Amino acid sequence: MTKWQSRPIALQKKGNKVASAARAFGGNRKRAFPELSLVREVLLFFSFSFSAWSSVSFLDCGRIAMEASPRSSSPHVICEGDWAVLKREDVFKAVAVVKRRKIVFEKQWFCLDNAIGHVYGTSFEVTSGGSLQPKRTLEEMNPETKEAGTDNRNIIDDGKSQKLTHDDIKALKDKGIKGQEIVQQLIENSTTFRDKTEFAQDKYIKKKKKKYEAVITIIKPSTRILSTMYYAREPGKINYLRYDTLAQMLTWGNVHAGNKMIVMETCAGLVLGAVMERMGGYGSIVQIYPGEGPVRAATSCFGFPKTFFDTLSEFPLSKVASFLSGTFSLTSLPSESEENTPLAEDKNGSGDDKELSRPEVDIECSPKVAMESGQPEDQEMVEFTSEALDDKAKGTTHDKQKKQEEKKRKLIEAAALLKNKDADGLIVASRFHPASLLLLLLELVAPSRPFVVYCQYKEPLLECYAKLREKGGVINLKLSETWLRNYQILPDRSHPKLIMSGGGGYLLTGITVKNESINTSDCLDEPSSKKRKLQEHH
Amino acid sequence: MSFIEYGDTIKEGDTAIVFLGHESMFPVKVQHGGKTQTKYGVIRHSTDLIGKKYGSKVTCSKGGWVYILYPTPELWTLNLRHRTQILYSTDISLITMMLELKPGSIVCESGTGSASLSHAIIRTIAPTGHLYTIEFHQQRAEKAIEEFEEHKVGHLVTVKTQDVCKNGFGVTNVADAVFLDIPSPWEAVGHAKLALKHEGGRICSFSPCIEQVQRTCLALEEHGFTEITTSEILLRVYNVRTISLQIPDLGKTADGNSSTGVDGGNLSNEDALCPNLPQETIQFKSGVPLKEMVGHTGYLTFATKNLF
Repeated sequence: MTKWQSRPIALQKKGNKVASAARAFGGNRKRAFPELSLVREVLLFFSFSFSAWSSVSFLDCGRIAMEASPRSSSPHVICEGDWAVLKREDVFKAVAVVKRRKIVFEKQWFCLDNAIGHVYGTSFEVTSGGSLQPKRTLEEMNPETKEAGTDNRNIIDDGKSQKLTHDDIKALKDKGIKGQEIVQQLIENSTTFRDKTEFAQDKYIKKKKKKYEAVITIIKPSTRILSTMYYAREPGKINYLRYDTLAQMLTWGNVHAGNKMIVMETCAGLVLGAVMERMGGYGSIVQIYPGEGPVRAATSCFGFPKTFFDTLSEFPLSKVASFLSGTFSLTSLPSESEENTPLAEDKNGSGDDKELSRPEVDIECSPKVAMESGQPEDQEMVEFTSEALDDKAKGTTHDKQKKQEEKKRKLIEAAALLKNKDADGLIVASRFHPASLLLLLLELVAPSRPFVVYCQYKEPLLECYAKLREKGGVINLKLSETWLRNYQILPDRSHPKLIMSGGGGYLLTGITVKNESINTSDCLDEPSSKKRKLQEHH
Repeated sequence: MSFIEYGDTIKEGDTAIVFLGHESMFPVKVQHGGKTQTKYGVIRHSTDLIGKKYGSKVTCSKGGWVYILYPTPELWTLNLRHRTQILYSTDISLITMMLELKPGSIVCESGTGSASLSHAIIRTIAPTGHLYTIEFHQQRAEKAIEEFEEHKVGHLVTVKTQDVCKNGFGVTNVADAVFLDIPSPWEAVGHAKLALKHEGGRICSFSPCIEQVQRTCLALEEHGFTEITTSEILLRVYNVRTISLQIPDLGKTADGNSSTGVDGGNLSNEDALCPNLPQETIQFKSGVPLKEMVGHTGYLTFATKNLF
């Protein structure tokens, strides 16, 4: 812990003032109680259901956490308050680990209580009553007879090969018979099973296992897991940014510890989270956000420690132009944020809690699931309300003030970071047209630094390319796309998977340079000189 | 200069990238009194480079100029001296994400080869992680050590000269991730499992041939690895071009053409732009795929080691 916190200071040279401000804010508390951030997540988790409690500050959460029991020391063990990801086959779902909380996943419901204390990567079986039973060894099922046919010339589809009826199977399930045994029964009652080829038998068993033997694995969140999950579950929320495209962004952006990064995204905070993971809490990130506040639903699913958020600040997109032209003055900030904050709070709790509460709405209650589980969840929330209201009564106005101060501090921090226009990189991935955004934000980046712009469509990036060429100050522009093909690898049955993703978006990458002379800077690359010739014609 | 931490000014001993133009660049070691020849003339390190900012334009003796860039692992990959086939940034990106590499990760790699991937791994796991890289070719291993020192990342990497298939990685239960780029990765799967942390970790194997993948997957399964997946990533690069396509002469009169509304308006505009063209054209921007692209580098097989 101490080593971890002392290193960033050395790395951060440029962001030093800001970092020390951040340490002054919550440093001591954090060192004494590393588990606080996780507990905070849990508390926030509840807070979204009733806006009344949403003004409880992080400091208060800390106070509550002190009373809570300390976590187990190993980061590999599932703990209450963690963010975890449920996995069944290739389906993922991010959840907060909370006791006595009903979770619906892949048409099954269960509680995570039993999972607490097990290591990440453990597989569980859902038993009736919704408890999870760890399933250590995945014992292979061997049908007694190794008999198999060689081809299907005599297999006729008469719809009568399965001797068990729907009702029979339902009865078996209702009796609470293990999925494994149901599969065995299905095999025994299939008249054609023995005539099937070995491969067909294998396929049959796999299919039935998938249906009747539901095994859920609990894994630790990571960019790999969360970006795969989002692309599969809610691609619209992340502008169809496929995970391999995100991987390219992180690499081409040279995202690493110690950087001062600028991130502008409307991908639910997934891109931000990916950048935070790669920076490991070292350096600084300024998130440029459109509208009222940054969306960080996916960011919170990563379960980052509180220290990571100390390196994160935010700056409104609408203020970037005035900031660059110098009409945005730092001294006018305090009054400005005071005007804004109460407005946001009146509407729907406070701005901060609103944004932090979105993960649960996004992931926990994706439309389909929300309908099924809405009822019990609400009931559960109520249980916590009285407890929470007590906390609220203790100091609403105090908290409001704290929150405003925090917001003000973050803005000043962001402005200080942007002031020298010496960021180490720029990552843009939003639903907006990227051209104007890019031209503006590139002003904040130091020379000889990479930038990456994502767009779901190619055409806006063509325009970006042309505009950047015109303006100069960038080299090595590259418009690209990656294709990802997954393979089935099985003995004698290897081939590309039947379905692959049709598109995961496009990237425009490049490197900033000193823009000394606008007229000559863009003649380095051949395409531009050709373009210029065309322009000179008229 | 260091590959893991940006700096602003060019210093003695730095490795800088000289950027001459479209995809044309090379690395240079900055030395007092050093000279570098380019097609635009000579660059004198003491006066032209040292003390200047990265990203500056440097005028060469013949009046031409180049940009001097800060070295990143990605630029290094494009400019390093090949001692073997190397991995490029497209594959490296996916490997890094799928192995869940981040600051603090402990990684085992074999073989080191030309250290293209090694530089990218070191960048990602710094400042608290460590790379153990195994290369059985003595000369390559020595060259890699030299480069790591030159790039000021030596403290983050240990290079060992041994056969990974026979002797393993030389470490046990320490790694969060293992990467294999060797001809017979299935022979190293057992060693990889040993090198990975007791609690588990991720593994990736890169192989050009499907038969290698087949054997690797079998070995992974035998050793109890889960989540075994194989994928392939292809990079498609587009040239941005303004394209002009001629409007075919359909034998219509001039009157007929001007009455086509919006299109007609556009056309007259284009006419003014390109008076040389004999016929009416339509211009548009397009991303044109390259005539040839890399169709295959290798299959990437990933898997997870669990506690049991």
